[in-house]
Amino acid sequence: MKTVPVAWRGRLGRAALDTLVGVAIATGALLSVVLFVTTTYFVIICVIGIGFLALPYLTRAVRWLCDLNRRAAARSGVPVERPYRPEPQEIERDIVGWTRRCKWILADPATWRDLLWLLLNSVVGLAGFVPAALLYYAGEGLFLACGLWRPLADGGTARWYAFVTVGSQPAALAAGLLALVVLTGWLLLSPLVLKGYAYFVKFLLGPTRGSQLALRVRHLSETRSGALDIQAAELRRIERDLHDGAQARLVSLGLQLGAVDRKLGQDPEEARRLLRQARSSSVQALRELRDLVHGIHPPVLAERGLADALRALGLASPLEVTVVVDLPGRLPDPVESAVYFAVSELLTNALKHADAQRVEVVAWRADDTLHARVTDDGRGGADASAGSGLEGIRRRLASFDGVLEINSPPGGPTVIKLELPCALSSPKTSSS
Amino acid sequence: MRVVLAEDLFLLRQGIIQLLEAYGFEVAAAVDNGTDLAAAIADHRPDVAIVDVRLPPTFTTEGLQAALRARRERPGLPILVLSQHVEQMYARELLADGTGGIGYLLKDSVLDDEQFIDAVRRVAAGGTAMDPAVVAQLMTSHSRDEPLAALTAREREVLELMAEGCSNTAIAQRLTITEGAAAKHISNIFTKLMLPPSSDSNRRVLAVLAYLNA
Repeated sequence: MKTVPVAWRGRLGRAALDTLVGVAIATGALLSVVLFVTTTYFVIICVIGIGFLALPYLTRAVRWLCDLNRRAAARSGVPVERPYRPEPQEIERDIVGWTRRCKWILADPATWRDLLWLLLNSVVGLAGFVPAALLYYAGEGLFLACGLWRPLADGGTARWYAFVTVGSQPAALAAGLLALVVLTGWLLLSPLVLKGYAYFVKFLLGPTRGSQLALRVRHLSETRSGALDIQAAELRRIERDLHDGAQARLVSLGLQLGAVDRKLGQDPEEARRLLRQARSSSVQALRELRDLVHGIHPPVLAERGLADALRALGLASPLEVTVVVDLPGRLPDPVESAVYFAVSELLTNALKHADAQRVEVVAWRADDTLHARVTDDGRGGADASAGSGLEGIRRRLASFDGVLEINSPPGGPTVIKLELPCALSSPKTSSS
Repeated sequence: MRVVLAEDLFLLRQGIIQLLEAYGFEVAAAVDNGTDLAAAIADHRPDVAIVDVRLPPTFTTEGLQAALRARRERPGLPILVLSQHVEQMYARELLADGTGGIGYLLKDSVLDDEQFIDAVRRVAAGGTAMDPAVVAQLMTSHSRDEPLAALTAREREVLELMAEGCSNTAIAQRLTITEGAAAKHISNIFTKLMLPPSSDSNRRVLAVLAYLNA
């Protein structure tokens, strides 16, 4: 079994790292005492007024420590969100602004939970020393067993190890065995200690139901205004296209027909020429309307749903596109159209910017989330900085709580993932 | 020649009926939904069915599905599909059985009555009529392929017209070249694309479409 040593080494490395983190946590526990005392002191003397000066600085320090612990908790597989309320924007740089800042700090329940955590952590955090202590003790036992007991016993001060008096070789071996037991304990316990601590962190430093709702409301109002902006821009674009395109063409068509009407009696040849012109303007108007319709809601999407629409996109692209779709039933229209336009834009990017040859589009549904992945073998280096097409896609997906994940190292390949929560309706039955 | 027509927009339906009758076709039935279309094809056994892709009651690809079903029941039934937009996927589904007698045109094509009527006749005779927009899409999706890239600009033009379903004569007319020159271009194209040579123009069109659909 080749994998055993690897698994064992992984476990060893894990335990070693956990020990280090544990020591850091315990150090944090000592820091907690200091921070708790000072912060509480200054909060109390806020009543007098002098505390206001130090409060924001102290809060920064407290939150920094709390964030470190949240990170440590996440490392042990317990992700903890930051619960703080958003900082007030545009704070004046004077006493009024300072007061507002303090008000924001004092009004946030998370501040008080942080304080409570600091108090409890000054005790609980010391548990972080447990892995290090175990390791130290195991090390001591092994050193004794390796012969360190001899000088100590000769000096007349035989060392105790657990319940063994290490005064002879057999006793030293027994101590060594015990040390191995302790070492195993260290290997197994370290992650557990940290995990337990992570739950303690989550309990006090995670968002409460209330602050979760506050965060959600903030996110929703941001994405809502984004969605409204996008929608307004779309409507403006449609209005402009109709106004300058089809509408103008129909006017000129009417004019041409009027001219035909006048010419019919006297110059049938000219009338015929004008009629041909009128026909070609109507073809042009139709073409523009068709493009506009496609931009609003692609007909193939309305007719066939997302799976086939994505396949059609693949067919229409000059690139070699493989489309693998596993989507039973229809999704809500807005979700389908968001994904369609996103994939359409990604294919265009792959063609225009990445200079790709092959693209793979995969879409599937897991639980209530729609996943799509677009991979191309182009030159990579795609970025979603402000104003880019990718940023546009990200904003549009955000209004559905969707996320866009870009992985595009220079030299490629580019892998872009979309995730959108969706409620799938039952598969439509065709009436035939 | 007897026609069954399925189109849900009243004005367009009347317009197409007038157009067909002006050119001496007999419109056996004109319906406005997919369910009636199937019945009309079964009852009247037309020489050609002219069908709008999107029909009530579902407003999805009802027309296309009904036409394909009818064709399965009566293999080789000539079908001319009209649509507001062209979609390669639909073209592929129509051409899947590879027996011809298929047309797929944008609705604008009815604006040019001579070309439209020509397309109806061609499809009814078992030929093909593909909209230039479909062909252009097929060509772009293969634009990077080796063999296609080897064609000269003139040969590409000829290939596009051939894919639309034009005969040698029609290609010669459209490009204002002699029929002999058109035939020469075509044989060059077939050599370059490694397609089996064939004198039957319909078989040739189908070969080209099959190649582009690959």
